[in-house]
Amino acid sequence: MKRAGWVVLVGMALVALVAPLLTPHTPGERFADRLYAPPMRPHIIDADGRWRAPFVYPVQLVDRLERRYEEDRAHPIQLRWFSGGVLVGVVTGDGTPWLPLGGDGSGRDVFARLVYGARLSLGVALIATLGALLIGTLVGGAAGVAGGLVDDGLMRLSDFVLVLPAMYVVLALRAAMPLVLATPAVFALVAGIMAMVGWPLVARGVRAIVAAERDRDYAQAARSLGMGRPRLLVRHLLPAARGYLATQATLLLPGFILAEATLSYVGLGFPDPEASWGSMLQEAATIAAIADAPWTLAPALAIFAVVLAVNLIVQAPEFAAVPGLGAGCEDPACSAKTPTTLSRAR
Amino acid sequence: MARYLARRLVFSLLLVLVVASAALVLTRLAPGDITAEQVGTGVSGRTLAAERVRLGLDRPLARQYLEWVGRAVRLDFGTSLMYGRPVAGLVAERARNTALLAVVALLVATLIGLPLGVVAGSRRGVASTLIRSGSVLALSLPSLVSSLLLVFLAARTGWLPTGGMTSLDPGAGGWFASLVDLARHLVLPAAALALPLSATIERLQARAVADTLREPFVVAALARGVPASRVLWRSALKPALRPVTAIYGLVFGSLLSGSFVVEIVTSWPGLGRLMFDALRSRDLYLVAGCAAAGGAFLALGGLLSDLALAIVDPRLRGSAEADS
Repeated sequence: MKRAGWVVLVGMALVALVAPLLTPHTPGERFADRLYAPPMRPHIIDADGRWRAPFVYPVQLVDRLERRYEEDRAHPIQLRWFSGGVLVGVVTGDGTPWLPLGGDGSGRDVFARLVYGARLSLGVALIATLGALLIGTLVGGAAGVAGGLVDDGLMRLSDFVLVLPAMYVVLALRAAMPLVLATPAVFALVAGIMAMVGWPLVARGVRAIVAAERDRDYAQAARSLGMGRPRLLVRHLLPAARGYLATQATLLLPGFILAEATLSYVGLGFPDPEASWGSMLQEAATIAAIADAPWTLAPALAIFAVVLAVNLIVQAPEFAAVPGLGAGCEDPACSAKTPTTLSRAR
Repeated sequence: MARYLARRLVFSLLLVLVVASAALVLTRLAPGDITAEQVGTGVSGRTLAAERVRLGLDRPLARQYLEWVGRAVRLDFGTSLMYGRPVAGLVAERARNTALLAVVALLVATLIGLPLGVVAGSRRGVASTLIRSGSVLALSLPSLVSSLLLVFLAARTGWLPTGGMTSLDPGAGGWFASLVDLARHLVLPAAALALPLSATIERLQARAVADTLREPFVVAALARGVPASRVLWRSALKPALRPVTAIYGLVFGSLLSGSFVVEIVTSWPGLGRLMFDALRSRDLYLVAGCAAAGGAFLALGGLLSDLALAIVDPRLRGSAEADS
């Protein structure tokens, strides 16, 4: 189960990396007659019930006003592997596009936008996660090593940031910046804001670990041999927090993906022509679009897949056998309680 | 206890003040001319200047801020630039809607999550595995995703209204009909909000129950011949409620965050939407008012969570006075 989670996560990252190899279309490319066009599903059984190599039926616009499309069953198009520089695509004389997940409100390829969008969405979340870990480690490490007033102050601060509803802080900080920015600026800004909101839990955990390690014999020995505090922290104390940081990273990542999606969905993230999962969901902002073109919800499913993968990884130990009522505890290890983290209440 | 409550109250007021001030200052400091944005284009310089004076934007930030604080302590939060109405009334109305949504969602999530958690934490077998798989799935449906999917379902089936809080003509069939109407509109946003939350509660409760069942007192009770179901639902349940109760304070924060998304997706006229609109149009007094209401919400949540903890865990009753 844990493995399945990792497969999904790594798969997503790979898809984001090799996006141009997966689709012949660019995320901004518009097809005039494909507004809210339905997905073109690959078939292997044709209209006569015969098996054949994977193919798709071309879609034709029948009624422009009602946006009604029909499959042209008479002229199936063969899918071609490794042609035209992409993994799989279609070759037609008249340049009919293949939209595996349909078209959005501007006639753009939802699939192309989804795989290219993974770059922005996963990228910004990844950078934000690293940022939050960095801030959290610095603050927590400083608090744990210094102790006393510094410790109190820093922990009060992180408690304060922790109780604030994260989404509003992100919104308020983002709204305080200029609305219209170039994409790289939005990327940096959104990642920075999310990192500034996400660090407190990291800081609290790192502080607890560092404070506990500080009093261990090896740390005392290093201190008495004349090792300075910063060096002690970096060389000996922080490595003890590695496992914790890895766990926190897996918890923060989906939260940040979601935060980007929410920001872009309400129009404060990546602006429209840019493809991110959030800006794609703007297409699904009206009830009519959701009801008539549910494929515009594809990014929501992508987010679901990422969060599910992370939950499978994080929750895997929970699926180990439950002792059951009155099983008692012969093994001393089993009574060691795992620290309760508030896992993803958001 | 009284001293503890007093400290808590002071802290809450401080939280409200800090949050509201930060929102006000942040909005004021943001680039761009607020007056020009409010008035629109095509007005003379003199009108603009007059409007700037009327909105109180001609004075330096510190002056304006102090005046705002001075009036805010008398519960006068100023006038919304966008709506031209007192902020207090606007915020109170919307905060009521958000509170309704949040409380219903929290209740539903608790009523679903707690019993399922007790079952999943105390048993092996199919039921427990099903519950656990279900909650991992539900945990993976954050409110943005869950509300979009629910809106899709509602739009396709037509069983439930997809947005808003009331129908066009709410008062048509008397108070009972309008109550039913409200309830029908509430189902979708509340479900979207409660779904991931109930899974969080279930997971936490399952672990707490599993941990509690390892305690010696459970073994002792079973050894004395107390029926297993009584041990589980009476003796073990109370101590096992602690972790869930403890996160309620934090849950309020995430409920507020989650309800923002749900309010936007399902057009629920709540605090989140108001705050968002205020932020976008840089309606700074309204932003501050919303932030104050949000802060009050959080403080109340923290306080309720502490009180509930004291009820569940008798050990805390003495120490709450001692350590704070």
